[in-house]
Amino acid sequence: MRRRTLLTGIGSTALLATPHIAKAQWPGVTKDEIKIGHTIPYSGPASAYGVIGQFHTAWFKMVNETMGGIAGRKVNFITLDDGYLPPKTVEQVRRLVEQEGVSFMFSPLGTANNTAIQKYLNQKKVPQLFVATGADKWGNPKEFPWTMGWQPSYRTEAQIYAKYMRKEKPNAKLAVLYQNDDFGKDYLIGLKDALGADYAKFMVKEVSYEVTDATIDSQAVTLQSSGADVLVTAATPKFAAQMIRKVADMNWKPLHFLTNVSASVGSVIKPAGAEKAVGIITSAYIKDSTDPRWKDDPGIKTWRTFMDKWLPGADQTDGGYLAGYGVDQTLMQVFKQCGNDLSRENIMQQAANIQPHDCAVLLPGIGVNTTPTNFHPIRQMQLTKWSGSSWELFGDIIEGTGA
Amino acid sequence: MNPTLSRVFPWLFFAAAAVLPLLFASDYRLFQLTMVVVYAVAVLGLNLLTGYNGQVSLGNGAFYAIGAYTTAILMDKFGVPYWATLPFSALVCAGVGFLIGLPALRLGGMYLALTTFALAVATPQLLKYKLFEGWTGGVQGIVIDKPDAPFGLPLNPDQWLYLFCLLVGGVLFLAASNMVRGRIGRAMRAIRDQPTAAEAMGIDIAMFKTRTFATSALFTGISGSLGAITIQFVAPDAFGVPLSLTFFVGMVVGGGASIAGAIMGALFIQFVPNIAEEVSKAAPGAVYGLILIGFMFLLPGGLASLLRLLNGKRA
Repeated sequence: MRRRTLLTGIGSTALLATPHIAKAQWPGVTKDEIKIGHTIPYSGPASAYGVIGQFHTAWFKMVNETMGGIAGRKVNFITLDDGYLPPKTVEQVRRLVEQEGVSFMFSPLGTANNTAIQKYLNQKKVPQLFVATGADKWGNPKEFPWTMGWQPSYRTEAQIYAKYMRKEKPNAKLAVLYQNDDFGKDYLIGLKDALGADYAKFMVKEVSYEVTDATIDSQAVTLQSSGADVLVTAATPKFAAQMIRKVADMNWKPLHFLTNVSASVGSVIKPAGAEKAVGIITSAYIKDSTDPRWKDDPGIKTWRTFMDKWLPGADQTDGGYLAGYGVDQTLMQVFKQCGNDLSRENIMQQAANIQPHDCAVLLPGIGVNTTPTNFHPIRQMQLTKWSGSSWELFGDIIEGTGA
Repeated sequence: MNPTLSRVFPWLFFAAAAVLPLLFASDYRLFQLTMVVVYAVAVLGLNLLTGYNGQVSLGNGAFYAIGAYTTAILMDKFGVPYWATLPFSALVCAGVGFLIGLPALRLGGMYLALTTFALAVATPQLLKYKLFEGWTGGVQGIVIDKPDAPFGLPLNPDQWLYLFCLLVGGVLFLAASNMVRGRIGRAMRAIRDQPTAAEAMGIDIAMFKTRTFATSALFTGISGSLGAITIQFVAPDAFGVPLSLTFFVGMVVGGGASIAGAIMGALFIQFVPNIAEEVSKAAPGAVYGLILIGFMFLLPGGLASLLRLLNGKRA
């Protein structure tokens, strides 16, 4: 009896295994349906990102119900939970590609998670489009022609700070505090990109810290004593708050650039002390739904109308919904360019030649475009300065120095 | 069930597990089943320590991580073939397990649980530590290649990997079941149930406890190696507290002090989270929790107790 039960169990598992793919025109695409795969943490420590998945789900529901889908096909958007664990991402993506037979992976979230699936997807020639991470390595079409990022990378951001510094303070003495990992190091690389041969001339001190460190006080003292008058802080929120407070307490008044990872008012600026952060510069590419400046902005209004109708009750101050909207607009543009050819090759080719389009939630003047050799869709940002009560955008849109 | 059948059954099960999936399962299902084998070995390792020997560990994920990284580093930095990394990983993990077993001697019950929990908490950060970064690849982790079938066998990489893991897992299960059935197993259980009596019988408690720790780490470490080869990627954040707790869940749901329970526990931890997600995207954790509570109410002795029940009725 026992044996039979177990064998039947195994047998039924095996039967479940045969994927049912209706007559496909292209992988993941039939004449009435296109399947799109997505992974995001709905559970676990990073489940706060799950709202982005809910946004995409609502978006494609709207596309199906009011726009008749994509090129006459209903979108079957399959979003799965990976708990932010790379091994789980691998499993879910294999399920999406092999079992569900999706056309492509859209905006999977997490740097390690995307690293875990990058090789697999490229071997299978499945597009890994607009990954939701700020690492710079996603724009590498030579090695990974099926992978593309979306948001400006940390490296691009650092290039923008360096460009501004060079213009405003040609004789700057630059100091950098960076987290000793890929995130922090991307900033050093970006500064080097933009300063080129003059890097050594500007740079007076680079100091790193470990995520495991308790404080960065000693690093702050070292940086101040280097005599620098420009400071770049590439630190995650807890350390950024410490740095802002320490710099103010030491009465050091450098031109202070802060990574936009740590631009959060609630978790960085307020803990550090709003008055101590006055004058700090960071950068933005997306509109802030809580900023009164955008109250009557047509883009934000369109977004709010969508939110009210399709995600009623959702917290509209959550930035995840805005980022989701932005990347969905870019995907819609790719579909528009694809026309009636929804092969993986064509989707990737169109993604690599994105024409200008309205992303609505991006800051005015910031564009999205790619070329077959530049897989960084957004390379522009605008600087924003802490006034004591809010971030104030200033100056022109600045473009990074490219791939 | 008559004695002959119960002796033959594991072999039949093993043969069926080796043949049927190759015939019927898709590559994706094979990948999942490979992970079941990997988890089964890890749960078995924990079961030896906690189920049979009564030393509660909430940190076996650390051994899994060490095994995974040993394999990944050897493959990536030293060009060692995947199969040859297993003995290294076994040795390293057994050594670490033995060392951790020493202070564990002085800690019992919840204090040991907390200490091993600390191990699980520390693991991801240690893996990111800059001194090791040249080897571990820091937060980026290490991407490794998937092995092809050797000797020109007509199998695709997923099929071969499944068979390879099943073979390694089978050997480990055989070893474990022999161990717990004999003198060593009796001593392990005696220490768990009646330490004073066990000592009076002449059992060297310290030696048994530390060696059980080493054995548990060895099993879990090899499981980590197999897991790394299967996933083709290791990164620090995959080896945190949740992983250790997952093994713990697998052990309890499968049934403590049961060899077959490890397999059922592994099936549970591999498939039930997916079922929970099917039920609700908004709160997969809550659904999983409910299923878990349901299991504990209906089968407090784990899935293995269901087997025993069936067995008992038929005997």
